Amino acid sequence: MESKGAVLTGEHFISGNEACAEGALAAGCRFFAGYPITPSTEVAEHMAERLPEVGGTFIQMEDELASMNAILGAAWAGAKTMSATSGPGFSLMMENLGLGIMTETPCVLVNIQRGGPSTGLPTLVGQGDMMQARWGSHGPYEIIALSPSSPQEIFDLTIKAFNLSEQFRIPVLIMSDEVVGHMTEKVIIPPADDIKLTPRRTPKVSPEKYLPYDPDEDLVPAMALAGQGYKMHVTGLTHDRKGYPVITEEAQIELVQRLIDKIRKNRDKIIEYHEDQCEGADVIVCSYGISARTSLLPIQLAREEGLKVGLFKPIVVWPFPEERIGQLAAGVKAFVVPEINYGQISLEVERCAHGKAEVIQVPHAGGGIHDPAKVLEAIRRAAK
Amino acid sequence: MATLKDLASREDLLTGGHRACAGCGMTSIVRQILLVAGKNVVVGCATGCLEVTTTIFPYSAWRVPFIHSAFENVAATVSGIETAYRSLRKQGKIQEDMRFIAFGGDGGTYDIGIQALSGALERGHKMLYVCYDNEAYMNTGNQRSGATPFSAHTSTCPVGSVIKGKQQFNKDLTSIVAAHGVPYVAQANGAFWKDLTTKVEKALSVDGPSFLNVLSPCVLGWKYPTDETVEISKLAVDTCFWPLYEVDEGVYRITHVPPKKKPLGEWTKPQGRFRHFHQPGGEALLARAQAEVDRRWEKLLSISEKPRKPGQ
Repeated sequence: MESKGAVLTGEHFISGNEACAEGALAAGCRFFAGYPITPSTEVAEHMAERLPEVGGTFIQMEDELASMNAILGAAWAGAKTMSATSGPGFSLMMENLGLGIMTETPCVLVNIQRGGPSTGLPTLVGQGDMMQARWGSHGPYEIIALSPSSPQEIFDLTIKAFNLSEQFRIPVLIMSDEVVGHMTEKVIIPPADDIKLTPRRTPKVSPEKYLPYDPDEDLVPAMALAGQGYKMHVTGLTHDRKGYPVITEEAQIELVQRLIDKIRKNRDKIIEYHEDQCEGADVIVCSYGISARTSLLPIQLAREEGLKVGLFKPIVVWPFPEERIGQLAAGVKAFVVPEINYGQISLEVERCAHGKAEVIQVPHAGGGIHDPAKVLEAIRRAAK
Repeated sequence: MATLKDLASREDLLTGGHRACAGCGMTSIVRQILLVAGKNVVVGCATGCLEVTTTIFPYSAWRVPFIHSAFENVAATVSGIETAYRSLRKQGKIQEDMRFIAFGGDGGTYDIGIQALSGALERGHKMLYVCYDNEAYMNTGNQRSGATPFSAHTSTCPVGSVIKGKQQFNKDLTSIVAAHGVPYVAQANGAFWKDLTTKVEKALSVDGPSFLNVLSPCVLGWKYPTDETVEISKLAVDTCFWPLYEVDEGVYRITHVPPKKKPLGEWTKPQGRFRHFHQPGGEALLARAQAEVDRRWEKLLSISEKPRKPGQ
């Protein structure tokens, strides 16, 4: 049988969903568990074809609860793992996303967002799950979420997601959307040697000395894998450094504080954004995913009218680049935030602007992308 | 027992103009069921082909009250409706004698919906749950389900040069439901209208949960010509892949014994998803599928009442 490699170096004309799957394979993902749901199904279908070619495993599960659990289980067995879903499935995964956070399990979860709430618009675009990504599971936690605007970006960011998940031992979310998922464009896959991968941090001490939740200096503990000879107890209960359940306030403070701090104190290593002409701008359009892309035309038109407009695109949405937004707020009249929901990231921009700049929402219910005229009108209003 | 003439004279409660594919088995099954049920029903429907094709805004193909749930919970939604009805009836606020029917595809029944179904069966709600089983997630473009037969091609268990389609046998959901000990459980098929409508009458007359598992051929997923749906349905029964039987108060009864059990290949041959069975090297796979059909059929025969001879 002719076997294709894991990294298909070269130029391709593929959809965002296929690019996501190829990014995962290039990042070393060898286990995918999923459940069909529009508009993410092509990720699973592509993985079903490709994983057996590279010695990996594809499992279709009976629902999204099981899918999320399966990728956690396989991650503990030592694999790099991923699942992909959309709105209703993302909702079902929330409990076990929390389990992944609590057990510090590296894995990647892709949400190809569609219109909601509920079954909503299975085949049409939405960006309504951004706050769910941040707060959807119960309890206090920090999360990492990335937002791609094109098939090339979803390829690149899927690799980045795997690297961040290994570096910080946390489920990393790719918050894409239906338009990016179904858009077909040129995607360049680099040579395998040019793709930097973060390996799993396995224990450096002997099994006798190993404490599964004893963190390194960066607050992230090393992770022993099934079969390596280390004794493990993995639990969603609050646990001590040995991994055993301890139901006390002290244990909760020690563990949860570290889960929060390992992201907050490492923000500089995680946060990434793209800026275009933000220095000296009067108005900054802050947008992400497909909405950042549809904002390019109104920004160009506004510049032709002589307005000083910048683009700020968070690539890592969570943790949010609050310091940078705070700095930029001091120099601009207003932020314009187009997003396909009724105000989610715009609330973050408002919070981080500390009242120094106005924040103008350009909401959209979903089912389509923004009319450039509406964004342009908001930019004009902001510039006044 | 309604005659064909009688049924044909009744008002269709699932109207034409819906968007189901040409040759779809599902809609004729639902029409037959509603002809028996009549107007005093409330229909719940899981996310799936039936919901998507019959309710595209601003149209509805339903002439009865209709509620769409999420994917996994139609049995729970209808549990709520039926419970509220019982309460309202007890309070004297509703006088009508109502029936409640939940429809789900195999994805929404065998897999993601089985928890809600099992709960509803155990609680004993007076509802009929109908699974229209097209043997894969057809609404999202043919991914494998717990109902997909052994070695069938789907987009998530494709037939490749090494792995030939689904590696597992289909789940025996009818037996799983029967194990709940509910009053009436049956397997049916849209091509056997009298058998199907009789089973619907029985299912709607029992005091408690009832369940029908109805094989529903899918032109796109099974890959056969649109005018062969009835023929393909019949072959599923005649090959004993899909036996027609009922479990009535715990008693297993085969309701149609094929005059001559045909080889499974007669059912698989017209279907593109089994094409590899009928190409060089496919014999062993077909034989394995046949062996499982034989095993299940023999088991069913062994636990069923002896079929009555004509005239008895």
